[in-house]
Amino acid sequence: MKKIIATITLALLPALGFAAGGSVELEDMTPDLHDKASLQRGLNTFANYCLGCHDAGYARFERAATDLGIPADLFTENLLPAGNKIGDLMANSMDSKDAKAWFGAPPPDLTLEARVRGSDWVYSYLKAFYEDETRPWGVNNTVFPNVGMPNVLEGLQGVRHMTCAQAPAYDEDHNPLFDTLTGDALTVEKCGIVAQKTKGSLSEEEFEQVVYDVTNFLVYMADPIRLQSEALGLKVLLFIVLFGVFAFLLNKEYWREIGH
Amino acid sequence: MADFKESKGLMGWIDARLPVTEAFEKHMSKYYAPKNFNVFYIFGVLSLVVLVNQILTGVWLTMSYTPSAEAAFASVEYIMRDVEYGWLIRYLHSTGASAFFVVVYMHMFRGLLYGSYQKPRELVWLFGMAIYLALMAEAFMGYLLPWGQMSYWGAQVIISLFSAIPLIGPDLAEWIRGDYLISGITLNRFFSLHVIALPLVIVALVVLHLLALHHVGSNNPKGVDIKKYKDENGVPLDGIPFHPFYTTHDLVGIAVFLFVFCSVVFFFPEMGGYFLEKPNFEAANPLKTPEHIAPVWYFTPFYAILRAVTFPLFGLDAKFWGVVAMGGAIAILFVLPWLDRSPVKSMLYKGWMSKVALFIFCISFVVLGVLGVLPSTDGRTTAAQIASVIYFAYFILMPWYTRWESTKTVPERV
Repeated sequence: MKKIIATITLALLPALGFAAGGSVELEDMTPDLHDKASLQRGLNTFANYCLGCHDAGYARFERAATDLGIPADLFTENLLPAGNKIGDLMANSMDSKDAKAWFGAPPPDLTLEARVRGSDWVYSYLKAFYEDETRPWGVNNTVFPNVGMPNVLEGLQGVRHMTCAQAPAYDEDHNPLFDTLTGDALTVEKCGIVAQKTKGSLSEEEFEQVVYDVTNFLVYMADPIRLQSEALGLKVLLFIVLFGVFAFLLNKEYWREIGH
Repeated sequence: MADFKESKGLMGWIDARLPVTEAFEKHMSKYYAPKNFNVFYIFGVLSLVVLVNQILTGVWLTMSYTPSAEAAFASVEYIMRDVEYGWLIRYLHSTGASAFFVVVYMHMFRGLLYGSYQKPRELVWLFGMAIYLALMAEAFMGYLLPWGQMSYWGAQVIISLFSAIPLIGPDLAEWIRGDYLISGITLNRFFSLHVIALPLVIVALVVLHLLALHHVGSNNPKGVDIKKYKDENGVPLDGIPFHPFYTTHDLVGIAVFLFVFCSVVFFFPEMGGYFLEKPNFEAANPLKTPEHIAPVWYFTPFYAILRAVTFPLFGLDAKFWGVVAMGGAIAILFVLPWLDRSPVKSMLYKGWMSKVALFIFCISFVVLGVLGVLPSTDGRTTAAQIASVIYFAYFILMPWYTRWESTKTVPERV
């Protein structure tokens, strides 16, 4: 029994960490579902880096291929994980018991992640890993403290670590402080700053683009009908306006005799 | 069979056997409604439109939905992704739920504004309130069906309220759930009640609501009794046949409503997390309590009243009195026709006290609604307590302020 409670507590820890770390400022990420190239690159990153551990168990490969304009044969050749058919749901082959043993909790399904947490969160989270030897995977995350996930994009991003640096000093009213004798700006040592430690295979801009693309794809996948819905919506609204005009004229015709 | 008269044609044949023409005349073409209806009188028709939308989309959702704890969440996503136009049917249904409460709240506000509950329309009001109650149960049970985090934990919070009742509480809560906690058993019974029992009750009550209304006739913004002055045929001078005058009138209102409704359905079905709450896109997990559990917006005024009670009384804990206050807030609406002692119906002719009371009441209702969405803090709890007192004071003091104030004379004609 004790063991069960301990396991449950451990599994809940990341959730508690999230609850406590909700105050971190998130970077702004505005999705662009019209940018097919970005979505295609995002799908590529998703299939290669995320789908190994995470499911997207409510979405189908074929739907993504069709919506993103990727021909089925190209998709099957290059992106479809081995053992899958293009009509399958995006499920991985990892056993959830194993996953729990490896990560503390099974990796969550990502189909609707962007709808649950929002695009800003996903974008910021993927960029927010840093080196932390106390964690099982050697990394921690400022957006999701003590998360059980390794930094799978580390090869692209490079290693970042928590460090201390000299930063401008401010008084209580947020005015910069100056040395009274020399007039130089005063600095204080500020810790808890995440800085690049070693370079990854991509530059910072390139890496940000990769994260943007995969976030964009997750936003698409969470509500794949968005663009079609808006296109159909315009037609429906136009019809309602037309209907309304005729209803108004009909009403006017009848009410003429009431003289109200 | 002496008086068996059959006029010619198909309608004649049918009318001799079923009073179709008679019913149409009674309720439509010879139902005389006051000619001075204003925009507030559209919401009754709109709630019928939404009811039809909910029933039709509900029928089609049920075709693809799987009512089990294991498959419910996935089946909703299946509807959203794999069923042809399933996303549209689902968004029409989920947006329809919120739209239902929007139009019903406006409809009830109209009643308060023009005294539509006063004699002889007490039963119209009572049937309406019964519809509102059934609608709340219908919405609550429907919200469990997607089996998301907020479905699960929202139901958990609300059903646990019953356990605050002394002696029978815990057993009652268990009886409602059918289990020690919310489970697939709860989901199955809520599904059954949501798609069969409650819709039948609601439709029956709507019929009674309309029959009672058509028996006594519609009120109007001036509260003038149009039946006082009739022409030689017994037709009220200030009345016009509902069909074609109000049917054509309502078509315009329906078009405006549909424009707004469809804008939400096609462009913002989540409505910023108020119509579809974000945590509900995550499957129910009994081991993971969401950070902040908020009911859907249409329940939040009553939820705020529940949370506003923070002190025990007579040896019973605060939670119990919170439940009493919340129940009381809804129950007191039922006796409204007997609280209003004003000789006039419409707010146009009531005194300043009634006008101020209604204004403050509406503000406090909105404030309670906003507070019910937010996590509680000390300041917010105080605000909710003040707003709750105003809510109840509006009703409890009504017999006095409606009698004391001086009213204006109601005109004879509209």
